Amino acid sequence: MIEYALLFALACYGAALLMNIYRIVIAPGVGDRVLALDTLVINIIALITLFGIHQSSTMYFEASLIIAMTGFVSTVSYTRFMLRGDIIE
Amino acid sequence: MDTGGNFLPIIAALPFVGALIPGVMIRAGRTACATYTFMASALAFILLMLSAPAVFRGEVLQFQLEWLPMLGLNVNFMLDGLGLLFAGLILGIGMLIILYARFYLSREDPMGQFYTYLLLFQGAMVGIVLSDNILLLLVFWELTSLSSFLLIGYWKHLPEGRQGARMALTVTGLGGLAMIAGMLILGSIVGSYDLSVILQHKELIQASPYYLPALILILAGCFTKSAQFPFHFWLPHAMAAPTPVSAYLHSATMVKAGLFLMARMWPVLSGTPEWFYIVATTGLITMVLGAVIALFKDDLKALLAFSTVSHLGLITMLLGFGTEAAAIVAVFHILNHATFKAALFMSAGIVDHETHTRDIKRLGGLRHLMPVTFVIVTIAALSMAGIPPLNGFLSKEMMLEEASHTAWLSNPWILPALATLGALFSVAYSFRLVAHVFLGPKRDDYPAKPHDPAFGMWASPAFLVVLVVLIGLMPNLIAGPLVDITAAAVTGGHPHAHISHWHGLVPAFWMSVAAILGGALFLSLHGALERGWNAAPRPEAKVIFDAITRASTRASHWLTDTLHNGSITRYGAIFAAAITAAGLFAWFESPMSAPTREMLPINAIMAIGWVLLVISTGCIIAFHRNRILSLVLLGVIGLAVSMAFVYFSAPDLALTQISVEVVTIILLLLALNFLPGRTPVESGMPRRLRDAVIAGAAGLAVGGLTYAILLRDFAAESISAYHLANSYKGGGGKNVVNVILVDFRGFDTFGEIIVLGIAALVIYALTKSVLRGPGGRWLLNWGPDDDEAGDRHPLMMVVVTRVIMPIALMVGAYIFLRGHNAPGGGFIAGLIVAIALLMQYMASGFAWAEERQRYHYHAMIAAGVMTAAVTGMGSWLAGRQFLTSSYGYIHIPPIEEFEWATAMAFDTGVFITVVGAVMLALHSLSSMSRRTGEQVNIHPMDVDPGRGAAPADGKEA
Repeated sequence: MIEYALLFALACYGAALLMNIYRIVIAPGVGDRVLALDTLVINIIALITLFGIHQSSTMYFEASLIIAMTGFVSTVSYTRFMLRGDIIE
Repeated sequence: MDTGGNFLPIIAALPFVGALIPGVMIRAGRTACATYTFMASALAFILLMLSAPAVFRGEVLQFQLEWLPMLGLNVNFMLDGLGLLFAGLILGIGMLIILYARFYLSREDPMGQFYTYLLLFQGAMVGIVLSDNILLLLVFWELTSLSSFLLIGYWKHLPEGRQGARMALTVTGLGGLAMIAGMLILGSIVGSYDLSVILQHKELIQASPYYLPALILILAGCFTKSAQFPFHFWLPHAMAAPTPVSAYLHSATMVKAGLFLMARMWPVLSGTPEWFYIVATTGLITMVLGAVIALFKDDLKALLAFSTVSHLGLITMLLGFGTEAAAIVAVFHILNHATFKAALFMSAGIVDHETHTRDIKRLGGLRHLMPVTFVIVTIAALSMAGIPPLNGFLSKEMMLEEASHTAWLSNPWILPALATLGALFSVAYSFRLVAHVFLGPKRDDYPAKPHDPAFGMWASPAFLVVLVVLIGLMPNLIAGPLVDITAAAVTGGHPHAHISHWHGLVPAFWMSVAAILGGALFLSLHGALERGWNAAPRPEAKVIFDAITRASTRASHWLTDTLHNGSITRYGAIFAAAITAAGLFAWFESPMSAPTREMLPINAIMAIGWVLLVISTGCIIAFHRNRILSLVLLGVIGLAVSMAFVYFSAPDLALTQISVEVVTIILLLLALNFLPGRTPVESGMPRRLRDAVIAGAAGLAVGGLTYAILLRDFAAESISAYHLANSYKGGGGKNVVNVILVDFRGFDTFGEIIVLGIAALVIYALTKSVLRGPGGRWLLNWGPDDDEAGDRHPLMMVVVTRVIMPIALMVGAYIFLRGHNAPGGGFIAGLIVAIALLMQYMASGFAWAEERQRYHYHAMIAAGVMTAAVTGMGSWLAGRQFLTSSYGYIHIPPIEEFEWATAMAFDTGVFITVVGAVMLALHSLSSMSRRTGEQVNIHPMDVDPGRGAAPADGKEA
């Protein structure tokens, strides 16, 4: 059962990645692109975690942990750059 | 006598050590300076004399010390007859020159410098003649080129001096390069670089197919150094040097180095037709040509210079004959030439010093004004002309005797005839030297009033002239034994020199008579001959040399400027095209083996990752002028790559890639703030098309190569198995990647963190200098074009980063500690901690965070590198090599047993360096925008609910 659930989840997140890249390439403004990139980061965290479950390994947990912990920093940097230009004032 | 060999390195080192003295002693006065310089040479000379008795008994003294044995480069010295003769000449005449130079140099000349150069040169020369290892010999050989450059260019204010020095360095330096190649070939034929071994293998060397290339290359070195045709032209131009230098370099030392080497290599290289025709012919041409030109030179020193060229040719020719008897004569003439030529050069210096001119046309009738100099010059010049009973006569007669029965291309007449012609001109210019300078009517238009110099100045040439006479009168008593052992060393046999004045009415006698009579006749016809000479067209060596130098300089400039024009596009294009061409060449040259691996199946998720990569890469090309969009797409590529690392079981790489990605984005955004949003179009369509073709070809080539490699097993056995097997056993860690970084390849990592630290310091220095220059003033008045929106320090962000800080540090510590056995390590941990700190900068502002930063990032870099270095050196205490790690287990009761490893301390160094370097780089870049005159906030955030409402932008005091 878990096998099917995993495959379904992987398929969903894979599709999400494609949609993210579409929004990054074709978008009305920079804000949309950054938002899409942020979502892409979240989706990749999910994918790596799912992959770890699939492989029954804890080896991949740190990767998703670190992306989760630091990934938002780049999003914040982009938004600061868009809003104020200078990201460290 | 075993201790004799131990003197050799001291003899070679003494001049070098002594070279340090004159610069200091010059403060104590010129005489003191000269005395101490003299003592350095004298000490070396005394040690040489102490070693001499053993050499006269037929022993070969040796000294051996391993330096770089794996390269065959050892500090081996030996002293045999040949070395003794040359070392004696170098040190003996060196002492006379030191004495002479004390009086020759004027108060304006920096004497300390002169003596330092002179001793450096002396040391290099002694090194050449004592070396028993041809690689060591080459080192000294290059040192003579360099130190003679300094000596020849000693009068830096004279353009002739500088040009002459440059020419000498170019010619002898090029010859030296050729000789390096020749010596390496010789060494590889024999399989040893030790002279004493090489000299045993005559048959092996002459049978080798590489004999001729080695011979030509080595002779190129000898001929350039010894000013043989067609490289003779540098020597006269080197006469721009002060006379003591000319006397030293061109009588006894530098130019004799080439002869020395030919004599040294004589046992193994000579005796073949190639040797005879190259060496003897070159020597013959040089001898005649030098003598002819010398007759028509009006400058005293130029005359002597060309006569030196001629005499060097004579000795070269004798060595070229390849017979034992000729080698004896060559050795004897080396000794004789050194004595009379040094005396003549010093006397020419005296004339120049006292009359202020060296132009023979302006001199004459000096015999009454300078009687002492007159006597010295006359005896030395007669010896040079070969008049009995002086020493020059003895060796010249013996030379003619050898020439008289040597056939050239089976023609018995050419060689004796040309040798006689050379001797004839030699007589003519020697007579002219005496007749046109000292004889004739006294003149009243000398530039200065001539008189004999002080005793100190003529003592050295006088001493040499006494030797000239003594050797001439009692050759077998004074020079005989020395010539015998030297010739024995050259030929490897036991020759005995029969030196006598009268050989009977042999051909040599008549040749000698013809030369003397003809020489006298030519001198009487000198005026007419000179008019003819001046009217005749002849190539000017300096013009040709300058033209060649100019042309090669222009070609180098053209090549360099074409390849390095400052455009990164061009570098990229050249690099890509060259690598692709080399790859294609290899591809077509060697056939590919059939694929040995199966294609793996592809799953849907990986396909999506691939699509992500391809789309983002393609879009970067399409949108690359929009900088922020390119950065976003780069982020996507980075994430896709880290996903691939995860999928292909490389968690360490994935962790590194993720954290590097974040830091890169922050760095680039900081830089983008100062750049326009779009890259302008700078090149036309054809150029972009060309670049596209190159880039496309290179990309396809790399792709194809990767594809080909992935389908095949490695040609050589992979080293992975070794690392897997030894990681825990040798390095004490289960994470092989980390053990490779801190142990197997620890030295690489050590170098890399140093580079990282340097890079950060360079960024710091660059921003500092930009801020100080016009860029800084521009930045002061610079502000963002559009209005800024939002808060400077939003409450949400400040709170989140504060909360996340301890967690991030905890994760960093965890990743660091487990790094040795599971994915992680100092580098990744350093990046995570740096990101955690950066968040604080971003949230509460640069100044606020800076105030709470207690350690300088420079110091952190230094501390990190030092930690790593000290850890590495710690293994020395255990008697092991740098960075050998050790490990063990510790059990403290409440905690489980855990492992410690010295690699941990090394990793700490990596960690600290990474944090320091990343923070310093970002700190430097962000400090650039701080100069826009904004006010500094005191509170961490704009709106603090606990503090009550505060005005925005932190304007509250």
